[in-house]
Amino acid sequence: MNNILVLPMVIPVLAGILLIFLRPYIKTQRWISLGVMIANIGISIYILNRIQSEGILRLDFGGWEPPFGILFVADSFSAILVLTTSIVTAVCLLYSFSSIGKAHENMFFYSFVNFLVAGVNGSFLTGDLFNLYVCFEIMLLASYVLIALGGKKIQLKESVKYVAINVLSSWFFLIGIAYLYGTVGTLNMAHLSERIAESGQTPILTVISILFLVVFSLKSGLLLYYWLPGSYSAPPTAVAALFGALLTKVGIYAMFRVFTLIFYHEPGITHTIIGVLAGLTLIGGSIGAIAYKDLRQIVSYNVVIAVGFILVGLAVLTPEAIEGSIYYLMHDMLVKGLLFLIAGTMITLTGMTNIDYMSGLIRNYPFLGWMFFIVMLSLTGIPPFSGFIGKVLVGQGTVDAGAYILLALAFLSSIFVLYSLLRVFLNCFWGETIISEEDEIPMKKGWLIPCVLLTLATIGLGLGAESVAIYVSDAANTLLNPNIYIDAVLHD
Amino acid sequence: MKINNVILQAVTKIAVFIILTLAVYLFLSGHNSPGGGFIGGLVLATAFVLLFIVFDIETVQKAIPFDFKRVAALGAFLAVGTGFGSLLFGEPFLSQSFGYFDLPIFGKTELATVTIFEAGVALVVVGVVVTIILSISEDV
Repeated sequence: MNNILVLPMVIPVLAGILLIFLRPYIKTQRWISLGVMIANIGISIYILNRIQSEGILRLDFGGWEPPFGILFVADSFSAILVLTTSIVTAVCLLYSFSSIGKAHENMFFYSFVNFLVAGVNGSFLTGDLFNLYVCFEIMLLASYVLIALGGKKIQLKESVKYVAINVLSSWFFLIGIAYLYGTVGTLNMAHLSERIAESGQTPILTVISILFLVVFSLKSGLLLYYWLPGSYSAPPTAVAALFGALLTKVGIYAMFRVFTLIFYHEPGITHTIIGVLAGLTLIGGSIGAIAYKDLRQIVSYNVVIAVGFILVGLAVLTPEAIEGSIYYLMHDMLVKGLLFLIAGTMITLTGMTNIDYMSGLIRNYPFLGWMFFIVMLSLTGIPPFSGFIGKVLVGQGTVDAGAYILLALAFLSSIFVLYSLLRVFLNCFWGETIISEEDEIPMKKGWLIPCVLLTLATIGLGLGAESVAIYVSDAANTLLNPNIYIDAVLHD
Repeated sequence: MKINNVILQAVTKIAVFIILTLAVYLFLSGHNSPGGGFIGGLVLATAFVLLFIVFDIETVQKAIPFDFKRVAALGAFLAVGTGFGSLLFGEPFLSQSFGYFDLPIFGKTELATVTIFEAGVALVVVGVVVTIILSISEDV
């Protein structure tokens, strides 16, 4: 019995409901939410360590054995992502305390952040395809509320697009699940994998797998990312940071899970398509990142580039590349959160979004400037920051697999990331100071501390890559050997 | 213009009780035969909606002074709470159990923990449906 597996999802749900009753007590709401995230950090570290000693853990809800019941399965990959999610959310909450404003806090903001996290953690932990859909929906419903909360004109415009595109992709998801159930007769992921291995991945199954690929591409912004930059620049900073750090990663997780555990028999078709999509995403994201002068757009296109980069690892499917992708996934969740927070802080401080009108901020806010510099180096993949190890491993994987075009695109995209952020740095932080000391908006501690925490996290992950290596290599090993997962779920 | 709807009001006063009885019946028969918290809750909500339509909103809210958002939250808490309850007994999350008891009036009765879960579902449905109807009516 591993009831602890359900806690990362159920504690936020319960807390979110509890906060509805505590509507007038905003201080209490803040500390409960933060407490939940810190508890989740502890729980996920505990789960991660137990997986190393006991293998993959599973929890059958209500005692219904798989493949008949719904279950949660935690392998190292899931647990790592749950841990990173909890850390990023805790920091974003900390930032929202001093930035989000009374109007939001009074309208159940913290409840919905908790529900969002519940959906994200549930998606990472579930072992059932339909349950994955349900957890996606929990996450998306919470995100619809968070993106529209505030009711500014741009938010309404973008949320209509965001809701429409996600309803459409959820519908495809449901159809895909129905096709799969009709063909194979099960929805338990391990059981699916076993049955497809027995019958062989027939053409009809490959077609279904491509339907899933479309769904997850829409969710994660792989090539089908046209909705992403707009939607992620509409909500307030703390929410945008949460979205940028978490939401696309859930789509990426689902893609990794489905295409390594279930549909891995025809890599010539499916993984080639993923490779092509990843390449196109890298190109499109890079062009977007240097094409715009709006800081929020630049930052959002950086999310797109990272999605392409992580999926290069899935496309080539070598052990090094998968490990690299997992490292990069962790790194990207932390650093994209940080990038969004810093960009949002810059916009709040100057009151402008166009980088041409900002200048000389480093004189006013030196600390913020240097943190931006660190983020830039980290995203580009300069050691000792956390992006380095992921980029090296993915690069090594593409060389091993002989995918030189993807290799070239992946590393060219790093240069575009560097260029796009360096342009921001030169424009906004260097140059003549245009904010005089009297007009200067004082930097709040509540804005700076979350950024410092995430900066420390990226340095820590970069320097301490060795200490997470066992977890990452175990995660990659499980992803590449579906039998480990199947044995843990079905033959226990 | 004030519409005279005495007949409608008189009928409603009786009909609401029939609807409520049906709701309770559906709710209780739930876990073994057709029915359950969701349907019971929906029927319960229709009774409220009928009251809101026939009498005006202020009158009904004076008689039933609940914040229906909180009703929904209470229901959700109850439903998730039963799942959590199984943790206290060292069973897997969401485990349910049932037993037979001799009650004074009903005789031998089956009592199941799933009823508590269903009660939560019913409250959520009532709370959500009434909240939706009320917020639509506020817009007009």
